[in-house]
Amino acid sequence: MNDSNSDKKKTNETDETSAKEFAIEIVDLHKSFKSNRVLKGLNLVLAKGENLVVLGKSGTGKSVLIKCVVGLIEPEEGSLTVLGENVLELKDKKLNDLRKKVGFLFQSAALYDSMTVRENLKFPLRTDPSIEEDEKEALVKEALENVGLLDAIDKMPSELSGGMRKRVGLARTLILKPAVMLYDEPTNGLDPITSREISKLITDVREKYKTSSIIITHDIACAKITADRIVVLKDGVCLTEGTFEELQNSEIPEVRAYFE
Amino acid sequence: MDSSKKKAIHEDEDNGPWFPMLFSFFSEMTSLTLFTAKYCKNLFIPPYEINELLKQCYFVGYRSLPLVGITGFIMGLVLTIQSRPTLSEFGAESWLPAMVAVSIIREIGPVITALICAGKVGSGIGAELASMRVTEQIDAMEVSGINPFNYIVVTRILATTLMLPVLVVFSDVIALAGSFLAVNINGEVTFTLFFSQVIDSLAFSDVFPSFIKTFFFGFAIGLIGCYKGYNTDKGTEGVGLSANSAVVLSSLLIFVMDMIAVQITDLLF
Repeated sequence: MNDSNSDKKKTNETDETSAKEFAIEIVDLHKSFKSNRVLKGLNLVLAKGENLVVLGKSGTGKSVLIKCVVGLIEPEEGSLTVLGENVLELKDKKLNDLRKKVGFLFQSAALYDSMTVRENLKFPLRTDPSIEEDEKEALVKEALENVGLLDAIDKMPSELSGGMRKRVGLARTLILKPAVMLYDEPTNGLDPITSREISKLITDVREKYKTSSIIITHDIACAKITADRIVVLKDGVCLTEGTFEELQNSEIPEVRAYFE
Repeated sequence: MDSSKKKAIHEDEDNGPWFPMLFSFFSEMTSLTLFTAKYCKNLFIPPYEINELLKQCYFVGYRSLPLVGITGFIMGLVLTIQSRPTLSEFGAESWLPAMVAVSIIREIGPVITALICAGKVGSGIGAELASMRVTEQIDAMEVSGINPFNYIVVTRILATTLMLPVLVVFSDVIALAGSFLAVNINGEVTFTLFFSQVIDSLAFSDVFPSFIKTFFFGFAIGLIGCYKGYNTDKGTEGVGLSANSAVVLSSLLIFVMDMIAVQITDLLF
């Protein structure tokens, strides 16, 4: 009896420690779309304060992975812990509360077309009655200043360039001061100079907001600037992982292909 | 090829396209029913998006007034001009205002206005929501902790449900004005006489059921537009398909609902 109690205590302590150390912990994650098995038992951890880059060919399940993290896609099997909460067990309100702590920058930035930049940024704050209108305005301006786009506050999304849209999208996610950031191909479709600016912005965000981030990308230059650690996915599982330098010297052909 | 395989292929051919079509029909109906149930549930769940509802009422109602007004006017004018010769043949020309009023108020006004709104509003909602879905705007709302169903779907369905009756009343009034003008093209009837004949000819059983059914028409337009747009899944191609199928399905549903409403009215009044 005493043994089982001490075992239980130990397990709880281990759980608490892992929850403290890891922002995200993914164990044996499976996801299929009809007959297409995308994730086949993926294991992954994101340490607190870490920038983790996920590389992989199209269709290896990178975007599916981060959509599972925020509960947009429900996996069939596995466990998914975000900031100490098991995402798969959370229901409506609790899931929404967790989502407010997780920022998500979409590939297309996903700005609301019918709203100005100001309204786009205020939108995530609308459900919080404790924030006064003046305070909201100040938060919007602060977030836009952080991405260098204060001048665009009254513009419509259709008036912005691709890079500006990404920045506004980033500002919109930062306004909720998330603990975890998920970037879905942040430099996709941008020129090398703007890509570099966005990559630097991602590292700045980490410094300023103390976020832990997963960055999905095909862009090796972006990975070099942003990554503390890189994970390479192949066929729905983790092929290898390491720092940028370690992977640069990797003997695995699929990994070498990224650096050639 | 052995005979059992041949037989199997023949049986498959005998089933023809019917089985997949029936399966697709029933799965679509199930999905639509679940969507409707979700709407009914979310209608009572806060936060209540009042500002968005008012904005949608403005778009659905106010922005549709010119189109509904013009079509209503032409409807009244044409109906009067077309009916006059037949009534003249029977010496019943004086019945013209009453006949036109009953036709417009009971049937033509609600159905034509609803069909026009299905084309204008239903397709707009379908395309807008589908476009939001394919550009991940709906997902973006969800990940920022906001219930997109409450914000996007509930407000739009409620707006069409509340605004269509208003548009129908507006259209009916304009249609009667058009009819008054048409009556005066070939004769001389005073405004007071025309409208007193109109009011005398209308009973509670003409006005009430036709007004009530417009709420259901509005609900159908909003529901189908939102359902098609919210559940789109074929990228940019899906945007066009959603807009198109929203118009087709809601128009069909308007006719089916009208048929049921007529049967119920016939039984009750």
